[in-house]
Amino acid sequence: MVEVRIRVNGVEEVLDVEPRVSLLDTLREHLGMTGTKKGCDQGACGACTVLADGERINSCLALAVQYDGRSITTIEGIDHPLQEAFVRHDGLQCGYCTPGQICSAIAMLDEHARGAPSAVTEPAATAAPELTGEEIRERMSGNLCRCGAYNGIAEAIAEVAAR
Amino acid sequence: MRSFAYLSAPDIDTALHAVSAEPNAKFLGGGTNLVDLMREEIEQPDTVIDITRLPLAEVAELPGGGVRVGALVRNSHLAAHPLIRERYPVLSQAILHGASGQLRNMATVGGNLLQRTRCVYFYDTASPCNKREPGAGCAAAEGFHRNTAVLGTSEHCLAAHPSDMCVALAALDAAVEVRSVRGVRRIPVTDFHRLPGATPHVESDLAPDELVTAVEIPPLRAAANSRYRKVRDRASYAFALVSVAAALEVEDGRVRTARLALGGVGTRPWRAREAERVLADAPATEEAFDRAAEAELAAAVGRPDNAFKIDLARRTVTAVLRRLLTTDGSTP
Ligand SMILES: Cc1cc2nc3c(=O)[nH]c(=O)nc-3n(C[C@H](O)[C@H](O)[C@H](O)COP(=O)(O)OP(=O)(O)OC[C@H]3O[C@@H](n4cnc5c(N)ncnc54)[C@H](O)[C@@H]3O)c2cc1C
Ligand code: SF4
Ligand code: FES
Ligand code: FES
Repeated sequence: MVEVRIRVNGVEEVLDVEPRVSLLDTLREHLGMTGTKKGCDQGACGACTVLADGERINSCLALAVQYDGRSITTIEGIDHPLQEAFVRHDGLQCGYCTPGQICSAIAMLDEHARGAPSAVTEPAATAAPELTGEEIRERMSGNLCRCGAYNGIAEAIAEVAAR
Repeated sequence: MRSFAYLSAPDIDTALHAVSAEPNAKFLGGGTNLVDLMREEIEQPDTVIDITRLPLAEVAELPGGGVRVGALVRNSHLAAHPLIRERYPVLSQAILHGASGQLRNMATVGGNLLQRTRCVYFYDTASPCNKREPGAGCAAAEGFHRNTAVLGTSEHCLAAHPSDMCVALAALDAAVEVRSVRGVRRIPVTDFHRLPGATPHVESDLAPDELVTAVEIPPLRAAANSRYRKVRDRASYAFALVSVAAALEVEDGRVRTARLALGGVGTRPWRAREAERVLADAPATEEAFDRAAEAELAAAVGRPDNAFKIDLARRTVTAVLRRLLTTDGSTP
């Protein structure tokens, strides 16, 4: 067992964890915060997306011990216009992927605002590219939706991005 | 996942001494490949040495115009770095074509270099796989092999190298700096990964006690005019069927510099030296590009499910080179 201190949604948690325990299982099983979902447990779906010091990561491939001293934000700690926009644009059906989609989209908007390029950004572009539908879909490709609510998801993000 | 001892290394010396003292230890970068493989019990280290707190996360300009990238620079940071976007757009693009935003935030340069194959039988511990268990046989030869290689294969293994970043690094002639308690050495990235031959479980030139500390990319004028194209089964978040990294400089209608490397088709990130030879001083035309691609792929060995890659690679090489020309057949 290793003692780790992780701030989760602003609250300092002191935990005794085995090194093999993922951050995802720590959140869900040790802290009882089940908002963050487990889809594939192998980095392939994005359901487990959380923010680590504001950056989006897949918590299923993160060992909790590696995040000692870091600050984690999960869906339980989020109050953002995207949430309401997802509802209005039907950006969900079963809702299983939604916490990951919201966390991912918040960090994605932040990356874009900092001028980060994506695979569909023209290489010569230096300023932040316009957040077109194509850019949104590429930047959100790490979040799969088994219900296929992609159109609503992309619209909700586009609406919030345009504000 | 098996239990293991965990050590977070505060400095490089501690990491190097720990790995040399412990025969079955693994370094942990972003964990996006190692944690997955440990969960599947394909990797079973006794000790995991977390290196993410080491001071190796800098991107710095080298005298003479090259760039030095610390082994712990995150993939997303490298792709967005102004020096990389300006001098080596092909590298920025290659990284952005790999994995997802979340994974690129976690993944490190060292871990990307050492990521293991996505051959389905390597992951399926119920199937024979020479890479996982030397001498067991290769289930892919007679089984599902759509995502395996056509260049550099052996009767023992056909697995494709999965990295996008490494394809760009191969085209750019980057060098990998590695350190152990025995000292420092530099390995050209094109020699870093091994062909499978009779020992597909030996994937790189790195000794078990060596730590990758940096990647150095030399200056290359042609790299300012460079591109990465990736062909895959879905638009994003999928490994390459075929990918091409290319840099091109044309003068008076003739190729002055051409650099070319292929992904998805080789058992290692595939520097296309045959194609470069054909292109040297050739007219910058589609026919010459096609001839060059054909020369590279002459040695390719296709199997029922992956033979399509040979023609796809040829067409992709030609298309990318053509895309690097301006409308008047020159380069910027
Ligand atoms: C769903 C999914 C999709 C993906 N898609 C793509 C894709 O399309 N294209 C692509 O290129 N990649 C893709 N990847 C792979 C991803 O790029 C790699 O997992 C990542 O780059 C590995 O980096 P890491 O820091 O997380 O490595 P880790 O998992 O931490 O380590 C990987 C290996 O490298 C060793 N290691 C790490 N750092 C060092 C060092 N400094 N010195 C010595 N050894 C070291 C570790 O011991 C381990 O053996 C995908 C991964 C997933 C999970
Ligand atoms: S191709 Fe290589 S990795 Fe795949 S089953 Fe054969 S030996 Fe294993
Ligand atoms: S549960 Fe983490 S990516 Fe699917
Ligand atoms: S809403 Fe059901 S998986 Fe996305």
